Amino acid sequence: MTEKTYREALTDALFLEMRRDENVFVLGEDVVGGTGSPHAEPGFVGGVFGVTGGLHEEFGLERCIDMPISEAGIAGTAAGAALAGKRPVAEIMFCDFMGLCLDQLMNQAAKFRYMFGGKATCPMVLRTTYGAGMNAASQHSQSLHPLVTAIPGLKVAMPSTPADAKGLLSTAIRDDDPVIFFEHKTLYTITGDVPDGEHLVPFGKARMVSEGDDCTLVATGRMVSFCENAAQALADDGITCDIIDPRTTSPLDEDAILDSVEKTGRLVVVDETPPRCSFASDIAALAAGEVFSSLKAPIKQITGPHSPVPFAKELESEFVPSPTKIRDAVAEVVNFK
Amino acid sequence: MQLAREELEQAYKQMKTIREFEEHLHREIMTGSIPGFTHLYAGQEAVAVGVCENLTEADYITSTHRGHGHCIAKGCDVIGMMKELYGKADGLCKGKGGSMHVADMDVGMLGANGIVGGGPPLATGAALAAKLDGKGSVAVSFGGDGSCNQGPVFESMNIAAILKLPSIYVYENNRYSEHTHCDYVIASESIASRVEGFGIHTVKANGFDFFEVHEVMKELIAKAREGNGPCAVEFETTRFYGHFEGDPQDYRAPDELKDDRENNDCITIFKDKVTEAGLLSDDDINKLDEEVNSLIEESVDQAKKSPLPSPEDVTTDVYVSY
Repeated sequence: MTEKTYREALTDALFLEMRRDENVFVLGEDVVGGTGSPHAEPGFVGGVFGVTGGLHEEFGLERCIDMPISEAGIAGTAAGAALAGKRPVAEIMFCDFMGLCLDQLMNQAAKFRYMFGGKATCPMVLRTTYGAGMNAASQHSQSLHPLVTAIPGLKVAMPSTPADAKGLLSTAIRDDDPVIFFEHKTLYTITGDVPDGEHLVPFGKARMVSEGDDCTLVATGRMVSFCENAAQALADDGITCDIIDPRTTSPLDEDAILDSVEKTGRLVVVDETPPRCSFASDIAALAAGEVFSSLKAPIKQITGPHSPVPFAKELESEFVPSPTKIRDAVAEVVNFK
Repeated sequence: MQLAREELEQAYKQMKTIREFEEHLHREIMTGSIPGFTHLYAGQEAVAVGVCENLTEADYITSTHRGHGHCIAKGCDVIGMMKELYGKADGLCKGKGGSMHVADMDVGMLGANGIVGGGPPLATGAALAAKLDGKGSVAVSFGGDGSCNQGPVFESMNIAAILKLPSIYVYENNRYSEHTHCDYVIASESIASRVEGFGIHTVKANGFDFFEVHEVMKELIAKAREGNGPCAVEFETTRFYGHFEGDPQDYRAPDELKDDRENNDCITIFKDKVTEAGLLSDDDINKLDEEVNSLIEESVDQAKKSPLPSPEDVTTDVYVSY
């Protein structure tokens, strides 16, 4: 184990997987940075969030490809290369930009295997950043995992810790299906113990973050630590929670969630998206449909409002679920009569 | 015409197979026994075959919603294709793809595509894979005049140009983007003149003449194989049927189709050329026609007898692992 940032853990996974399999390559905007500049040597960017930094020194510009600002071209190139046997890891700087390449994901990569009668594989990873918290406003702050989770054929990973960042990215690269990999932009600098060497976290296997008796909290990404904060405050009042981080929203570890709700009888789902047709509503419907008789209180969904993500600090923090809102929601369901 | 007798026979047979495949579908669709949306390639055969006769199984192609011709030309199994179009369990794609998604990875056919402009980004990626593999394979994207106005197609050509990828962008200009004339929807003088702006070597050629297609492509594909980067071609061509089967084609000139069938039928042009030059005789042609007809009959016979998919198959092959 070595203490690493979330960013370093992701870079670690990329180095290991690129060494392990020469079919793995990275492509995206400024993933190297400076390619072709008459004023600089390649490599001074390494991805705008620094995740692909240094890769080109070991693997060369052939396997670390700076691309034009052409999201459809990047995603389509990755899908085509994957169909032809490579394992591309494409970077789309902000998931908001998936709007520009959704056809390549939704109609192409996601459906090849099915449409072609099980003969094709498309082992691509599309890494992207998501989430509010940096005052980046409406087009650079969305959390679009529900959008792609709803598309059969795509897998969706969203690590909340440095160890999971490494383990899930390694698994994503080795997986034979297309994976959309969501990195929360406020988490890059968090630190944690990360296993050295090969580290694989299986898809569809939730992480039990903490265990308790009174309420089940389900959250991903940045919201996991918000739930932990809320749970610590609740513990002072004698309320204990199961916190479940599904880690992948597709495939989803339904059993982990349902078993916990059967035990606690209460469910609060936390997600920093708008509420309609969301990950939160999906989990709520799952529990309501499968373990209704175990429920002692209405299911609560703590999400953003039905609005774009705003710019100003005061507005953005109102948009994002807070530990206080989570704590109040848990207290409410525990006290429900 | 520097093709060997076997190459001429192969080219004719491929074109004729596509034609008869499509003619069968045209008749059969009216009876209601073929489900879904079908877009026929009849009329454009010289392009698909002229291109693909220069390719090997190690090369890749991407195709369009009007893709049957590209599939056959690239070597997809005709019987498997016919079964697929009838929606049968043992079709090339197990009845899950249908007309717009015929594919066969084993022969480098990366899929017909229901999205106009869907293919070029994928061909660009396949060309990148080919470049990384360094074995001299190339990727060809087929697209119509409609696809040339899609943004991802522009992005693909730019990417291929800056990365010097072995990709060839083939535009089959059959005059109509669905039901709208190409002169209206394409602002530039031609598709070719626009593509040149991407810094890509581009040729405009006669797509009614197999020999011209074959020769143009031979040179372009050789250049791409040698690492000279991408190129593009705009072929003038025509489709003998509508955008989709059932399209009344009121947007065409009154005698346009009659004129095309009389003067621009690529198969007639091929036949006239080879027989006049004494390269193949009428008997040779008749023999090939018989072979093609029996293959199509066999494919229809098998397709009709093939089993239907089972309801439980609806959720198989969504993922490799679950």
